[in-house]
Amino acid sequence: MTEQHTPHVDGHDHDGHDHEHPGVQPDGRPPYYAQRIRAIESLLIEKGVLSKGDIQRQIDYIESRSPALGGRIVARAWVDPAYKARLLADAKAAAAELGIDASGVSEIVVVENTDTVHNMIVCTLCSCYPRPILGRPPDWYKSFNYRQRAVVEPRAVMAEFGLELGDNVEVRVHDSTADMRYLVLPQRPAGTDGWSEEQLAAIVNRDSMIGVNNPRLDRVAAPAGS
Amino acid sequence: MSQETRFRPGDRVWVKDEERPGHIRTPHYIRGKTGQIEAVHGVFRNPESLAYGGDGTPKRPLYLVGFPQSEVWGRRYRGPRHDRIYVDIFEHWLEPATETRG
Repeated sequence: MTEQHTPHVDGHDHDGHDHEHPGVQPDGRPPYYAQRIRAIESLLIEKGVLSKGDIQRQIDYIESRSPALGGRIVARAWVDPAYKARLLADAKAAAAELGIDASGVSEIVVVENTDTVHNMIVCTLCSCYPRPILGRPPDWYKSFNYRQRAVVEPRAVMAEFGLELGDNVEVRVHDSTADMRYLVLPQRPAGTDGWSEEQLAAIVNRDSMIGVNNPRLDRVAAPAGS
Repeated sequence: MSQETRFRPGDRVWVKDEERPGHIRTPHYIRGKTGQIEAVHGVFRNPESLAYGGDGTPKRPLYLVGFPQSEVWGRRYRGPRHDRIYVDIFEHWLEPATETRG
């Protein structure tokens, strides 16, 4: 990283990329990593570790996950304090109450933002992420850039996403190094009194559940009548 | 808890500063630093065994350990002194913090 050019972590600056995207090769063969994953897949099936059905079911499951599920959970927690307490105590059970299956192998921990505490999530060792609730992580979350900077300069990273926090707020960075996956419960924005749960869910963006930003009212149209 | 844990919330701990080969889930930047046990997550299969075809037993206690950012990065950290970093660390990477270590 140089003085002249600081790559941003939001994925819009391709100079910040740390790997190539070769795509389809001139000889028509798939790229190296695609070939490698196919080879591993074939071996696992051949040895009876997995079936093709298992793989397809997992693909279908992951493709059915998206930040919209997290939005529903957060919105319910905003309107129902008892639900919020259950969510903070046992996130998988609270997700199941809304029909969201988060019963994967990893534990899920929800951390709550308050007036004085702001949480932000990273996985410096790889790309651990609460996939059962948010789906696949964005590319920037997996980049070396984010993983290095989130721990040492979280406030600068948040500022690039447009979030400037005062010194009165304690920033807590969670490095998800082991079996726990973290999800941030952002604060309900001011100016949303009287909004329905559905309207609230719509403003809970992915970045606010990673903690690099807050829900933003300026990015959605206010509901009619508010 | 199916197994006795060595540390309790509030205990001050030191992360072992060791260099070992293998699938280690203790990041380098936190080794040798002193923090505080915030919570006991439970016992989990040991990733250092799981990654190489082992069954991960015996399960190891896993802790949420909090560190002041100033302890981890010193003057490199530009932010208020109350900012913290939380890392999940297995028990066999932790020792009780002593006066000499911090």
